[in-house]
Amino acid sequence: MRIRCPYCGARDNGEFSYLGDAAPRRPEGMAAEPAQMFDYVYLRDNPAGAIRELWYHAAGCRSWLVVTRDTRTHAIAGVAAARDVALAREAGR
Amino acid sequence: MSTTTLTRLEGAGPAAAPPSALRLQPFRTVSGGLIDRCSPLPFSFDGRRYMGVQGDTLASALLANGVRLVGRSFKYHRPRGLLAAGSEEPNALVELRGGARREPNTRATVAELYAGLEAASQNRWPSLALDALGVNGLVAPVLAAGFYYKTFMWPAALWERLYEPMIRRVAGLGRAAGADDPDAYEKVHAHCDVLVVGGGPAGLSAALAAGRAGARVILVDEDFVLGGRLNAERREIDGSPAAEWLSATLAELRSLPEVRLLARTTLFGVYDHGAYGAVEREGDHLAVPPEHAPRQRLWRIAARQAVLAAGALERPHVFGGNDRPGIMLAGAVRTYLNRFGVLPGHSVAVLTSGDDGWRTVDDVAAAGGRVAAVIDTRAEAPPELRRRAEALGARVIAGGHVAGTRGRLALASVDVAGAGGRTERIACDCLAMANGWNPLVHLDSHLSARPVWSEAIHAFVPGPGHGHGPDAGMRAAGAAAGRLTLAECLETGGRAGAEAASACGFAAVAPAVPTTDPEGVAHVPLWRAPRSRGKAFVDFQNDVAASDIELAHREGFRAVELLKRYTTLGMATDQGKTSNLSGLGIMAELTGRTIPGVGTTMFRPPYTPVAIGAFAGHHRGRDFRPTRQVASHAWCVENGAVFVEAGLWRRPAYVPRPGEGDWMVSVSREVETVRARVGLCDMTTLGKIDIQGPDAAAFLDRVCANAIGTLPVGRCGYAVLLREDGLMMDDGTVARLGESRFVITVSSAHAAKVMQHLEFCRQWLWPGLDVRMASVSEQWAQYALAGPRARDTLRGIVDPDFDLADAALPVLGCAAVTVGGGIPARLFRLSFSGELAYEIAVPAGYGDAAWRALMAAGAAHGICAYGAEALSVMRIEKGYPAGAEINGQTTAGDLGLGALLAADKDYVGRLMKDRPGLADPDRPVLAGFHPVDRGARLRAGAHFFGLCATPSLAADEGSMTSVAYSPTLGHWIGLGLIRRGSARHGERVRAYDPVRGGDVVVEICPPAFVDPNGEKLHA
Repeated sequence: MRIRCPYCGARDNGEFSYLGDAAPRRPEGMAAEPAQMFDYVYLRDNPAGAIRELWYHAAGCRSWLVVTRDTRTHAIAGVAAARDVALAREAGR
Repeated sequence: MSTTTLTRLEGAGPAAAPPSALRLQPFRTVSGGLIDRCSPLPFSFDGRRYMGVQGDTLASALLANGVRLVGRSFKYHRPRGLLAAGSEEPNALVELRGGARREPNTRATVAELYAGLEAASQNRWPSLALDALGVNGLVAPVLAAGFYYKTFMWPAALWERLYEPMIRRVAGLGRAAGADDPDAYEKVHAHCDVLVVGGGPAGLSAALAAGRAGARVILVDEDFVLGGRLNAERREIDGSPAAEWLSATLAELRSLPEVRLLARTTLFGVYDHGAYGAVEREGDHLAVPPEHAPRQRLWRIAARQAVLAAGALERPHVFGGNDRPGIMLAGAVRTYLNRFGVLPGHSVAVLTSGDDGWRTVDDVAAAGGRVAAVIDTRAEAPPELRRRAEALGARVIAGGHVAGTRGRLALASVDVAGAGGRTERIACDCLAMANGWNPLVHLDSHLSARPVWSEAIHAFVPGPGHGHGPDAGMRAAGAAAGRLTLAECLETGGRAGAEAASACGFAAVAPAVPTTDPEGVAHVPLWRAPRSRGKAFVDFQNDVAASDIELAHREGFRAVELLKRYTTLGMATDQGKTSNLSGLGIMAELTGRTIPGVGTTMFRPPYTPVAIGAFAGHHRGRDFRPTRQVASHAWCVENGAVFVEAGLWRRPAYVPRPGEGDWMVSVSREVETVRARVGLCDMTTLGKIDIQGPDAAAFLDRVCANAIGTLPVGRCGYAVLLREDGLMMDDGTVARLGESRFVITVSSAHAAKVMQHLEFCRQWLWPGLDVRMASVSEQWAQYALAGPRARDTLRGIVDPDFDLADAALPVLGCAAVTVGGGIPARLFRLSFSGELAYEIAVPAGYGDAAWRALMAAGAAHGICAYGAEALSVMRIEKGYPAGAEINGQTTAGDLGLGALLAADKDYVGRLMKDRPGLADPDRPVLAGFHPVDRGARLRAGAHFFGLCATPSLAADEGSMTSVAYSPTLGHWIGLGLIRRGSARHGERVRAYDPVRGGDVVVEICPPAFVDPNGEKLHA
């Protein structure tokens, strides 16, 4: 696999490490419920098709990335810096 | 041929050698082919010595010498000869070379001959001609498909002791060398616009089109000569022999600066997003690779576009006795004739189901061979081809098939059943089989693209949807795309090359398509002979016969994947290259379905076997992975330190002194020196992360479970990091260097993981926080200076302006100082030993000098260097948890750190640490242990049981995690996790270690064994 890091360009997947689904949101703050946190920590969908997932460019710029990948074909539809995605998410909240 | 003749020959010198050498090769033609008859190469096979010539493969050289029996089959030990001339060869598996270079299961057809090559046949005893296990053929009924699932079932006890070892010995192939590979391998990365797989007419045309447009082109071909079947057939391009087009094309390609031609290079795997794996056999054709040159080179190629022009593989016919040595693929016969100047037989019969096979007739005749017969399985033989064959004296039988073969160790005759049902025996020593060609869809299907059935050529061709994404296009051309004629190869190759280059943004045009001589492609495949005598093999390598497929059908294993696994059809080193389609064809007949209705097997990498050495490259032995050295490494080596591997690090474990025969003597002396005087330990391996920004304190408060934000500038604190699931991630120290600047140190082993976690928190969880971080582990050398005389020693190197008194730099204080006259340094009053101690960090470049200066400054105070072992002994004496306790299964509460956790802030792991299982009061928690018998030795890994309990999983109360001999106390001590341990101090339990025979009664105690109130720390 090759992943197009927004900072480093297309790089071999050996430079990256994988985390998983980018959809779960961490329940923030002292008001968060244990049940919500349980969901966030443990429960994951396993879709056949497009999924947005977190990768870390460990042997590169150390950026966390949101990679949109099709689990059936490994086709990558897009890669964005996770921080940008997270900032946009916060702005839209 | 006798050995004596050969010996004399070798002594005769090169000038005299060629004619004599050729005389010893009875099947070598007098002229033609891509060989140099004036460059003889001596070699041996099964201990007998032969002569080949430059340009030969082992297979062609053996054939030239009349050696037809080259191996024994896998299961029945039947005599086998060459079937093919390329990498698809299922039979001729040999061991090459000897000693540590011995290489099993190598196909003789791809082993390039060199002077002195030693080869041996496999899977036979005592010899190839007289194989005792040939009797397996007599008991074939018990060895049919799936025999190991049903024949050796009872009594069950015999399976492990008798049946399996016996089957393994009988069914073995080659022997591994059993010694370290003496050769070197290397790995390279390459990038290109257009990768062309295959150096035949289609591939070369593709490379030409892309190369002329200026695209960066890499062309790979597994053969050592480029040209593909142009070298194997007598063809014309633009009215001249194809060799002229070939040499002109190669010359032009070599003149293009952006085109790289890699012969001897197999593209073995296609991976996502335009990533490809290839192996180049740089030194396989040499007896020993030149010094400093690799034997093989692994290429990782990133290509924007690829052209699959790998060609096609010919299919054998399936009939009784079709595995007798001398029965070959027709295309292979032509390869041996036209490329290697070898007649595979004096009298050749041709069995074909299409026009293509007839080409063999002319080639055999042109090389001086006799064509005994042409058997065309179609009802009508093409009249023009029939006339030409008959003019050459060949018997032509249309609508016939081969019903049986004869000959002991090689073919002597074939029994041909004619259309009228009459059978006639035709004497021949070679039978050329032509049954159509299978495009090489392997590489196309590596990314799960399903091949589709082509009615036009009766074979699977690459389907739509190979590769994906804008950068990953792969287009097939030529025979690989099912376009089998030379004209189509040239045309589709050029077009695919131009399209690929255009897709990369180059203005490419397909080259003008040259004209070629006409060729017929009409073909009606025959999946098996209607009636024949003897075993009719489908998969030669795995000894799968047509009858095995019938058996699988009868027993219901009809789905293609079940068929494969039940009969082993298409398994083994050739992965069914010559057999898969025949198997499908027979199953289709049996089930009344079409071949695409039955399905096709998919192919996975590698295309052909790849040596593990190539994947390892230079990553072996000491270079298996990088080695990180601590800042004091040179001093440690000079002083005879014993090192221990800790991840990538080589850390000094202890530094023995003369006369200390035992490691424990050295370690105890180091501990005693620290506790009584002063010691110096290299802590450079610690992960150090510099965290800066206005929100740095807020950030740390969210990632650490204890309070950090309130830490004053100039102070250090303990840092507890949890995972989000509530378990401990790591512990460390955090020093506040400024209002908005912190340095956090974490365990050596966890440094990379913690950095990744902190970046995750910063970038993904809380992107709004204004904070940045950098790993500075490599930038700072850091040493622990510990012991009552630590301050006095430190005074010797810290510049005089700085006050080191307890009031100025108390426990957990930190300060920026200078040492040695202005060199910046950081001082942290941290102790991992419980003694008065400092950690001093200097820029890494000063690391060696600072270490030597500290050792010199401490000399007057009795300093010694101490290593990881003494460090560990002292932390156990103090009851500090480390890696053995922070093991991914323990909570902060388990380790006695619960009181540190903040209640008034949110942090990673806050909610999950309170899950019922993690908050269970019955959990094993940290405690100290000492043996009741003070002389007893403790073992880490021992499990705790009540004194009266019988050891069992149910009675297990926990385990010992760390032990040490404490020179301070004079006996062994341990840390461990035991149920409700903090409430059981004084109680006795068994530390039970059945693996090493330990069973010791221990007393549970508080984890801090030495100076529990920390008085020495504050000195």
